[in-house]
Amino acid sequence: MTDVSPARPGGAMVEFDGVGLRYGPDAEVLSDISFNLQPGSFYFLTGASGAGKTSLLKMLYLAQRPSRGIVRLFGEDLVAMPRHRLPGFRRRIGVVFQDFRLIPHLSARDNIALPLRIAGVSEEDLSGPVGEMLSWIGLGDRAEARPATLSGGEQQRVAIARAVIARPQLLVADEPTGNVDPEMAMRLLGLFEALNRLGTTVVVATHDIHLISRIENAQMMRLERGRLSDPTGALRYPPANRA
Amino acid sequence: MIIPRVPVQHRRLLPDRRLSGPTPWVIAILMMLTLLAAAAGVGLARSANAIGAAIAGRVTVQIVTANPVTRAEQAAALRRAAAAQPFVLSARAVEPEELQATLGQWFGAAEGDDPVLKSLPLPALVDIDFVGEDRTSPMRQLQALVAREAPGARIIPHAEWLGPVARLIRSLAWIAGGMVLLMTLASAAVVIMTARAALATHFPTIEMLHMIGATDRQITRLFQRRIAIDTAYGIALGTVVAAAILLLIGWQWSGVTSGLAATASFGPAGWALLLALPLLAIALAALTARQTLLAALKKIL
Repeated sequence: MTDVSPARPGGAMVEFDGVGLRYGPDAEVLSDISFNLQPGSFYFLTGASGAGKTSLLKMLYLAQRPSRGIVRLFGEDLVAMPRHRLPGFRRRIGVVFQDFRLIPHLSARDNIALPLRIAGVSEEDLSGPVGEMLSWIGLGDRAEARPATLSGGEQQRVAIARAVIARPQLLVADEPTGNVDPEMAMRLLGLFEALNRLGTTVVVATHDIHLISRIENAQMMRLERGRLSDPTGALRYPPANRA
Repeated sequence: MIIPRVPVQHRRLLPDRRLSGPTPWVIAILMMLTLLAAAAGVGLARSANAIGAAIAGRVTVQIVTANPVTRAEQAAALRRAAAAQPFVLSARAVEPEELQATLGQWFGAAEGDDPVLKSLPLPALVDIDFVGEDRTSPMRQLQALVAREAPGARIIPHAEWLGPVARLIRSLAWIAGGMVLLMTLASAAVVIMTARAALATHFPTIEMLHMIGATDRQITRLFQRRIAIDTAYGIALGTVVAAAILLLIGWQWSGVTSGLAATASFGPAGWALLLALPLLAIALAALTARQTLLAALKKIL
């Protein structure tokens, strides 16, 4: 059984306190990471390649436990949480992977429907939302296409549709606009913003400084060599812009 | 549930390539060998039991008194006295003609009319079957009876000379049982390897399913179903081939009506075991796959 308690009213959706992460005996890839993500907020995570963005996101979407420190999600301590409770939390998180991770032998429709099917939604109930999502990402006529026959941008859109179809409380996206043209990037960002307005907390890791300025009230976190340069998350704009 | 129910849409998460790998074929071969070994084991065990039961309470008294008239009188007296004992089920004097006919086969004279054979001083034999399976007490009483009626006669328990044969047959039955066990373990090992290979092949899909909130149970059911079905195909094929071989042997065996071979049969319990083995194999494969998958998934966060 996987049961998930609701987040504490008024509390942070995500709390990292003194978190460190190391892979094996090597040095820590993330050190002393502390921040809170408030429900309904929009965050950008930036940093150079190798700064630890993907590792931080992995902890956010529960693919990795920290080596030290405290991680609380939806008000629950995830470090000590038994494995069997994790699926319930994962169903409240949507993830857009940098490499899409579409299931190659499933059609675009089936890939998008996957989170709903795993959650036990009936075929009758999911056909409408999946169809709407396909139309919205502009792939209504390619619903039965396999990922291998889709372009990189189309695969990216399917991956994003899969991440948001179940209306997650937390959306984590790793370079979600890396493979799409500027127009589609803005449409996707618009989708994230719309979800955010509906209450979804959004965390987007990106290199694209211009993207950051497009979202009002977005906060920015910057990783430098495994450390968060602005632990308070109060910065609204990249350090370069502030200077 | 041996083959778990999985919604059709979930089944599509694994590519539909039935009987594409070696697993069903390897399982078919192992199942066929397992059934043949089990059939041999059951047949041999029943044969050994039949021989054991037949010889356990039987003795032959060999009277070697030199005078043929006295020898015949002693044999008749012993038969009468033995038959009257409560511990004796039956007592029968072996007729000299029967003895000569038996020996005649070795002398090349089937009718026992060989002059050399007729000139031989053959012992008088009395076959005695004891009541019940306890041999110790009746044997003591018979020894006393023989000492009184036919002094110098020798008592030969059949277990002494047929016992090693029965023990050998029983040993062969145990070896067949051991082979069944080993092949069952080999089948389980094949299923474990198949499950691990399936996990390795489909790891990206499993990882993705985990990330979107699939439980270990959901993922396990998916793979368990596929492995159980593939294994069931192999088991069915192996069973059909083994059944054909057993029917052929049975048809040839039906012509054997004498000697130790005639004691071999499966009996109702043997048939039940042979019929149950394929079903048990499917259940074992499904259970092994399930445990292997759950253990492997626990290593993934």
